[in-house]
Amino acid sequence: MPANRFNHYTELGIGIGLRVPHYRHILTEKPSVAWFEIISENFMVDAGRPLQVLDQILEQYQVVQHGVSMYFGSADRPDRTHLQRLKTLVKRTKTPWLSDHLCWGSVDGNYTHDLLPMPYTFEAARRTAEKIREVRDFLEVPICVENVSSYMEFHASEMTEWEFLAEVVELADCGILLDVNNIYVSSRNHDFDPYTYINEIPHERVGQMHVAGHTKFEKYILDTHDHPVLDPVWKLYRHATEKCGVTATLLEWDDRIPSFDEVHNEALKANQFIDQATSAQKSRKKRAAVG
Amino acid sequence: MHAAITRPLADGDVTQRTWSDGRPTAEVIAPLVKANARLEAIERLEIYNRMYWFRLLDSVAEDCPGLRAFLGEPKFWALAQAYLTTYPSRSYTLRNLCSRLPRFIAEQPRWTKPFTAAALDIARFEWAQIVAFDGAALKPLTRKAVATADPEQLRVQLQPYLTLLRLNHAVDDYVMAVKRGDSALRAEASQAVVQRRGGKTKESTGLLKAEKIDVVVHRSEEALYYKRIEPEAARLLLALAAGLPLASACGRAMRGSRLPEAEQAEKIKQWFALWMRLGWLCPRE
Repeated sequence: MPANRFNHYTELGIGIGLRVPHYRHILTEKPSVAWFEIISENFMVDAGRPLQVLDQILEQYQVVQHGVSMYFGSADRPDRTHLQRLKTLVKRTKTPWLSDHLCWGSVDGNYTHDLLPMPYTFEAARRTAEKIREVRDFLEVPICVENVSSYMEFHASEMTEWEFLAEVVELADCGILLDVNNIYVSSRNHDFDPYTYINEIPHERVGQMHVAGHTKFEKYILDTHDHPVLDPVWKLYRHATEKCGVTATLLEWDDRIPSFDEVHNEALKANQFIDQATSAQKSRKKRAAVG
Repeated sequence: MHAAITRPLADGDVTQRTWSDGRPTAEVIAPLVKANARLEAIERLEIYNRMYWFRLLDSVAEDCPGLRAFLGEPKFWALAQAYLTTYPSRSYTLRNLCSRLPRFIAEQPRWTKPFTAAALDIARFEWAQIVAFDGAALKPLTRKAVATADPEQLRVQLQPYLTLLRLNHAVDDYVMAVKRGDSALRAEASQAVVQRRGGKTKESTGLLKAEKIDVVVHRSEEALYYKRIEPEAARLLLALAAGLPLASACGRAMRGSRLPEAEQAEKIKQWFALWMRLGWLCPRE
């Protein structure tokens, strides 16, 4: 489960996002970091400083690509130029897997640059899975699909979000990037039990996890990625780790970014929850063996 | 749903309460989006509607600090919203968001009048910086290739990341001052003002000087630069970019030049030496 075909049988540990404010520190201090996640779109460029920095990072560190604009749920066919640029980058980084979101975000070539929730229908699942397969076949790298945080639900939905996620990944035969913070945020906004979500997804397909901070407003929670991870999310992460096994985990911190050390130390807090999850698993196995 | 999310916001940064056909927006959205115990359907849509506009407008502001300082806040945000409404993003990356802004400013001068010419120059300069930052680079022309070539035949092209701008305002100095956080430029109000006194109108571009300049925006060792060049040098680069052979391009560049003939050859030699050193010229594909 931790090392599986959706993360190319790797056990990367805990990583953080590669962010511009940290470039100088990383390149000069060369801190010990298990891996970095990069936003693919920031490096799908022709030349210049972004690629110069990336190449220096690649000399020292493992990098995994995470996209924000493939829009597996959009009706548009994948853009060929986009795919070619993405494949060029995949070859450059040798990413062991590539992730993007279970969402839509473009219509007829007009992009919203947001991760928009879908109606959870069987037809939408079928079309989305078809697009994931097409992208995976072109890129020739395992794909993990991430659940998004959402603030809107649709009357047209025929199933729950976790049922939809399971349906899509089974039809596409792809992995899951389980964003635990997004599950928590959506659970508060849509009044469902986040533990049910985690219990019901196919655990053997989880190739990676995300944790992040969020912001509470009066009537909803917003996935802002600008705070430390809150306790309920850490507890959910522990539960997810118990169910899925110790899985490559990434802390997302994308706004009001503090120092590198602060972000990295926050990410490394995951270790205590991994230890708790592992202990709990061992205790259960022991009880089962005795029983 | 896409139309609802991308519709411009109403005053107060709220979702417009009336749809394009006159019906209440809530009535249009209700069959699609569920309400919950805390939020009506339209309020749930509003979260996305606001995020769309905040994200894209912030992106335009980040890419165009000079234009923002020059026009001032109200005019800049009005321009940005009008631009994004007319030219929504057609790219998977926000990097390309302002690619059509110069075109829009020229097409719809009402958003920048009476300072459209200056605004256009600034927008062109700021887009050129984005191109220079991560635009493609080709293998530069070598000294050997130039030395062994017949100037009547040799054709070159300019690096794709390089932009030559012929401008009517000293936007290079202005934009750099804005980026440095020059306190003289820091203000909510526009730098550009229209003064009316005694029935006469005087337009002033403030700290942005009216000046004919030719400037090349480029990069060297992955850092951004801009370089003013002489008009003859600009004409030479334009002629080379248009595909003229070297000898013809030099002839065209110097036509009507005030430089003494004796100096012209030396000037061309100096320019070429610099451009070769900077890697501006590439073999024509």
